[in-house]
Amino acid sequence: MIVLNGQRSDLRAGETVAAALARLDLDLDARGVAVAVDGEVVPRAAWESFALGHDARVEVLTAMQGG
Amino acid sequence: MHGTVSTAEDVLTIAGRQMRSRLLLGTGGFASLELLAEAIAASGSELVTVALRRVDPTARGSLTDVLADAGVQLLPNTAGCHTARDAVITARLAREAFDTNWVKLEVIGDEDTLLPDAPELLRAAEELLEDGFVVLPYTTDDPVLARRLADLGCAAVMPLGSPIGSGMGIRNPYNIALIREAVQVPVVLDAGVGTASDAALAMELGCDAVMAASAIARAQDPVAMAHAMRSAVCAGRLARGAGRIPRRHYATPSTPTEGIAAF
Repeated sequence: MIVLNGQRSDLRAGETVAAALARLDLDLDARGVAVAVDGEVVPRAAWESFALGHDARVEVLTAMQGG
Repeated sequence: MHGTVSTAEDVLTIAGRQMRSRLLLGTGGFASLELLAEAIAASGSELVTVALRRVDPTARGSLTDVLADAGVQLLPNTAGCHTARDAVITARLAREAFDTNWVKLEVIGDEDTLLPDAPELLRAAEELLEDGFVVLPYTTDDPVLARRLADLGCAAVMPLGSPIGSGMGIRNPYNIALIREAVQVPVVLDAGVGTASDAALAMELGCDAVMAASAIARAQDPVAMAHAMRSAVCAGRLARGAGRIPRRHYATPSTPTEGIAAF
């Protein structure tokens, strides 16, 4: 099962980071967004090609107000 | 000492970047993005912190857009990280998201006080510096730790005045003055500022800049407080350069004692 931002998702192994972004209504030009899969940064240039594994943990982060 | 200070020519330089404002602004705690934008303008700040959190598809407005419109440089933080590993990953994500290699490095060691975890902080700083980051570490008011961080290559040190959000001001002014003597890099007083006089004191102690977040965002009138902080930082900086009079135990008359009439 692929976990997206801490929630179970319907993403399947082989789908890409771009598909995960689409689940969050984000496209590939989204400003101020970064992605980590299993604790490693996935650079923007690899979003369309990076395929998720069976138990991938995907974190999609953006700017939040903070100290 | 910095000698005579002219506000027009007085610039703060961190890692080669020159700024006219010596007030760093935290973006946390503002009730709305509109209020944040107004406070940024009132503060005159050119460097503002942002955090990284999970995307919320229901969030209204874009902080990224507001900050881009304000024309400020972003200083991503690693708030909420408790280990060097988490802080390093967060910094790398921030570099990716915001296209900056600057990071305000926070590694928290205690939930109640949010005090930094010194060994983890040093470890994270070392790793990020090796990875090409410009590291501004949030640190305790320990002059030895500050020196260690500066020796590693941190671009500035950010000692706390008192715990984050406490508004207790500068609990150990002596240590802040010692930190100023201990390192060559800019010293940015971070955390604990409650009101304008705290910011002025930091600058009088020799700090190169002040960071304010809660003190502005949670004030009853954040925009007015942003303005007050801006003025306080300027006043404290000028006073530091002007050279204050020494403290004395007894009075010294300011009016000549010669020529006093005898009745």
